[in-house]
Amino acid sequence: MDTIFLYSAVFISLLMLVSLYRTAAGPTTLDRLMGANAMGTKTMVLILFLGTAFGRLDMFVDIALAYAMLNFISVLAASRYFLKRGLADKL
Amino acid sequence: MDIAICILLGLGLLFFTGGTLGLIRLPDVYSRLHMAGKIDTMGSISLIAALFLNEIESFDMAHLLVGLKILLVLFFQFLASPTACHAMVDACLRAGLAPWVKGGQRSDP
Repeated sequence: MDTIFLYSAVFISLLMLVSLYRTAAGPTTLDRLMGANAMGTKTMVLILFLGTAFGRLDMFVDIALAYAMLNFISVLAASRYFLKRGLADKL
Repeated sequence: MDIAICILLGLGLLFFTGGTLGLIRLPDVYSRLHMAGKIDTMGSISLIAALFLNEIESFDMAHLLVGLKILLVLFFQFLASPTACHAMVDACLRAGLAPWVKGGQRSDP
């Protein structure tokens, strides 16, 4: 069962490369924010899978929880900033 | 138990793959945000539930504690992801970005 989780972690990291394209080359600022949010969610799941692979899931769960909170707060703050300020490039 | 873990894992990876392809392929910010919401909620919740079932399989006190922590992560993700997605849609809508319609822009914004 650990092997299945390890291969799932490899597949999730490949998917992170795909969504990095939307973060790097998105036409809008909100597109970049959305790609960063998707990458943050995938990173949180990936940290949990790596905890299964290393056999230290009790430590990695705390790191994943902190990462999820950080991702949520950063997305909320950035979207609130764009809501107040408006899109500068208007696209 | 192994079959349930494999089904949840496959469901989560399917939602991750579909959401990422939609994130690349769809034409508009709002539809792409729809796909990002699918990644955030359904994919990650299925994968974390699979991890919870894998952890709870050998039942003693330490594994139960780690399983409760994983359930805490799942509950936080279940609350936080729709909130983040809604905040992004709200910022996008109030900044005045017109939705995409088929065959060019709509006449009245």
